[in-house]
Amino acid sequence: MYDFDYAKPQSLQEAQDLVGEDKKLLAGGQTYLPTLRQRLAMPEMLIDLNAIDVLKGICEADARVSIGAMTRHAEVAASALVQKMVPGLATLAGGIGDPAVRHRGTLGGSLANNDPSACYPAAALALNATIHTSKRSLEANDFFQGLFTTALDEDEIISHVTFPAAPCAYMKFKQPASGFALAGVFVCRLEGSFRLAVTGAGQDGVFRWSQAEDALNADASFRDFKALELEPDMIEDMHADADYRRNLVQVATQRVVQALAQL
Amino acid sequence: MQITVTVNGQPHSVDVAPNRLLVDLLREDLKLTGTHLGCDTSQCGACMVLLNGDAVKSCTLLAVQLDGASVTTIEGLADGETLSPVQEAFRDAHGLQCGFCTPGMVISITDLLAKNPHPSEDEIRHWLEGNICRCTGYQNIVKAAQLAATKQAASA
Repeated sequence: MYDFDYAKPQSLQEAQDLVGEDKKLLAGGQTYLPTLRQRLAMPEMLIDLNAIDVLKGICEADARVSIGAMTRHAEVAASALVQKMVPGLATLAGGIGDPAVRHRGTLGGSLANNDPSACYPAAALALNATIHTSKRSLEANDFFQGLFTTALDEDEIISHVTFPAAPCAYMKFKQPASGFALAGVFVCRLEGSFRLAVTGAGQDGVFRWSQAEDALNADASFRDFKALELEPDMIEDMHADADYRRNLVQVATQRVVQALAQL
Repeated sequence: MQITVTVNGQPHSVDVAPNRLLVDLLREDLKLTGTHLGCDTSQCGACMVLLNGDAVKSCTLLAVQLDGASVTTIEGLADGETLSPVQEAFRDAHGLQCGFCTPGMVISITDLLAKNPHPSEDEIRHWLEGNICRCTGYQNIVKAAQLAATKQAASA
């Protein structure tokens, strides 16, 4: 790892005053520290968000679940409130990485990184979560902008994310060593309409599969997802080629839609 | 940077560079070499320690982040000559071959049984997704976890 300076601000304002070009935020570190160790990034300073209590915790607000950006995956998975109001989100959080990763990794870190194979972006996009930052509120519809790219400014900090209460479900086929999604599908019924987001598969990161949504909105018992067009270019790597991934998306969709129907 | 960290109940005041990893603090500075550095890429789990009670990978934490925290390593589980129930179960169930992954396995299962004293076989296997063993095929590791759970229930 290259050398860097380290700061551990006690408040969001203090962190805001420090962050900027080459002064990067450290959340759970489960992706960023390995990135630094591989020398794929060389920040001048790391700003550790772990001491800022206002960024942590889960509560109910206006029929939505509000989750602090620094809340760990293990806490989201175990939350009775999340299990009741957004059940698919609890399932998703409980399947990220492994227990040690879930003890450190955070919601805000995952969303800000927007890894094309990360799980959280699928839930945020399907549910059109609201991402609250140090500057503004962003809808998930406008937040994800391609591979490792989001609408966040360089000096913007996610404070918390609110998710609407909704019947929802998630399933993924995972890469066994890392637990990342080879294909992951999150489906929900939001104000009567189906919304379905796919992660792990699209070359531009998380996307909504509109053909599947349309088919379900026309007929909730629709299951023939193999017959539908899946437009985005699929990721191809050593774990799975494009055709195989497309098949995984279709099968995961069938299973997760069935699981939602049985909730 | 000066930090104070409690390791196995013992407070240590140490001067660490910001890019020092927790695993290096433990192994190099504190000479606690029971924690193993395996893959060095956050996948194998040999370097697991308990941080305020939760299993974490010490190769994926900065030492400087631990200021004020409490860490338990494999060296901190036994009470003098008396092994912890999980350590004893690993010996009795032959839950190891080469032993390299064992410190991480024991830490991980210690954490599991503290949170879920009666895990099913399925829950044990899923919990161990972050601990890689290249010798045993996991069979006796799972047996050791089950034996430890039984022993803990009997002694409670």
